[in-house]
Amino acid sequence: MQKRAVVSVVGKDQVGIIAKVTNVLADNQINVLDISQTILQDFFTMMMLVEVKDGEDIDALHHHFEAIENELGLTINIQLEDVFQSMHRI
Amino acid sequence: MSLAFDEIQETIRMVQMESLDIRTVTMGINLRDCADSDFEKVKKNVYDKITSYAAQLKPVAEQVEKEYGIPIINKRIAITPIAEILGKATVDQAVELAQTLDQAAIKLGVDFIGGYSALVHKGISKGDQTLLDALPKALSVTERVCASISIATTRTGINMDAVKQMGTIIKQTAEFTKENSSIGCAKLVVFCNPVEDNPFMAGAFHGAGEGEAVLSVGVSGPGVVLHALKRYPDADLGEVSDIIKKTAFKITRAGELLGRVVADRLDVPFGIMDLSLAPTNAMNDSVAEILEEIGLERVGTHGTIAALALMNDAVKKGGAMASSYVGGLSGAFIPVSEDNGMIRGIEDNALSLAKLEAMTCVCSVGLDMIALTGGVTPETLSAIIADEAAIGMINKKTTAVRVIPVIGKTEGDTVEFGGLLGRAPVMGVNPYSSEKMIKRGGRIPAPLQALIN
Repeated sequence: MQKRAVVSVVGKDQVGIIAKVTNVLADNQINVLDISQTILQDFFTMMMLVEVKDGEDIDALHHHFEAIENELGLTINIQLEDVFQSMHRI
Repeated sequence: MSLAFDEIQETIRMVQMESLDIRTVTMGINLRDCADSDFEKVKKNVYDKITSYAAQLKPVAEQVEKEYGIPIINKRIAITPIAEILGKATVDQAVELAQTLDQAAIKLGVDFIGGYSALVHKGISKGDQTLLDALPKALSVTERVCASISIATTRTGINMDAVKQMGTIIKQTAEFTKENSSIGCAKLVVFCNPVEDNPFMAGAFHGAGEGEAVLSVGVSGPGVVLHALKRYPDADLGEVSDIIKKTAFKITRAGELLGRVVADRLDVPFGIMDLSLAPTNAMNDSVAEILEEIGLERVGTHGTIAALALMNDAVKKGGAMASSYVGGLSGAFIPVSEDNGMIRGIEDNALSLAKLEAMTCVCSVGLDMIALTGGVTPETLSAIIADEAAIGMINKKTTAVRVIPVIGKTEGDTVEFGGLLGRAPVMGVNPYSSEKMIKRGGRIPAPLQALIN
């Protein structure tokens, strides 16, 4: 079943963050639905809405993101979208 | 409807910076069908039932935690009060059964198993007495088994014979575990008006009105509430209440969603959502600090009860709007050893045992995780329990006593319990005796439900 998840990326701004993160998504056949991004006091913050198939996808992505997290000093999270919907929408 | 950037950020901030977590998912399991005239069979039935029903609890909870990105700190099990299936068992057999429960918990990798319990608020049956006699030993030879005893309710009054026994049992448990800071007592809670669906330890058990198996959730989040309040330093108290309400709403929604997903995957019904704010020793994850943020220099000073009443009520209002099934204890917990702000209050002489008692009038649950001087007598412990039970009985609310007389320590010392249980300054008790009252025994009759001023 298709589900939507939110990928959030936070870290010091530098060249190639978006490229590297989206590359991982592309390699794993993950479709991106929406991206928004901002820079706050030198800190890069990006939120992406993506389509995942099930829990396994999320597990695998966690694993794939680890390498970029270490290389670029970023914090990358991926969470199913439902949790945001239930907290912020009635 | 699509999500706004700052809404996503708020959730992520709550989890990563403000210690938002699901404190516990607790699976309740009915053990009544495990009773048998052959005690070996009882042990086997109990072990097999728990380990098969809850086999997937830990893996499923961990998977859900990963997918939704919100930590689930504890995975726990609540069972039918064990006294009800003891039958003709001996005290030694009751201790063996506690060990069986401990083994089941270790096998499943759950943190605690609660329900080594007896409900004796009116009278003590044979099985109840066996369990009471087994308690000190059972708590000293097991690691993850939690016990609770109901000694009073608003409808039955206070069973002072049971209260008298509990003083001795707590003291004995302390003696039996004195090598480990009398830690056995941290797993034993004495209740007035206990609830049947509480997911929090040490007082969880699977009550008589519950089904075969059920999954309940306890959320946490004092840190989130504290940070929310810090953003509005000049709000008046009506607005403070509103901020707490809105925050509790969001926390509860997240908790209920995760709870329902876990319940669904385990194929058991979703029970209740417990809205309690449960502190931890993590920085800024303290209920006392919320009270201080509202405007007290130290928790325990004048105004503490008013601030606590406001907070407790606001949490309930926000939570009740957010969840379809609210239950359990649902309020603010004020355990001393698990809350850095409370510890500091005592160390700075702002917070006394008497004030802690008064605080329990307006919040769940009671005197919780308080280290007492090792020299306290069983009669004084019983009298402390009786006072707390009277507060609960008259105010028609749950109250509880989980105190730890730390053998070998006196007032002013500090004791380390380790892990989630934290550390606590040892408190003194009133030096005058309550022995004569406790020795009288009998029952304190149930109170009037009218003429309530």
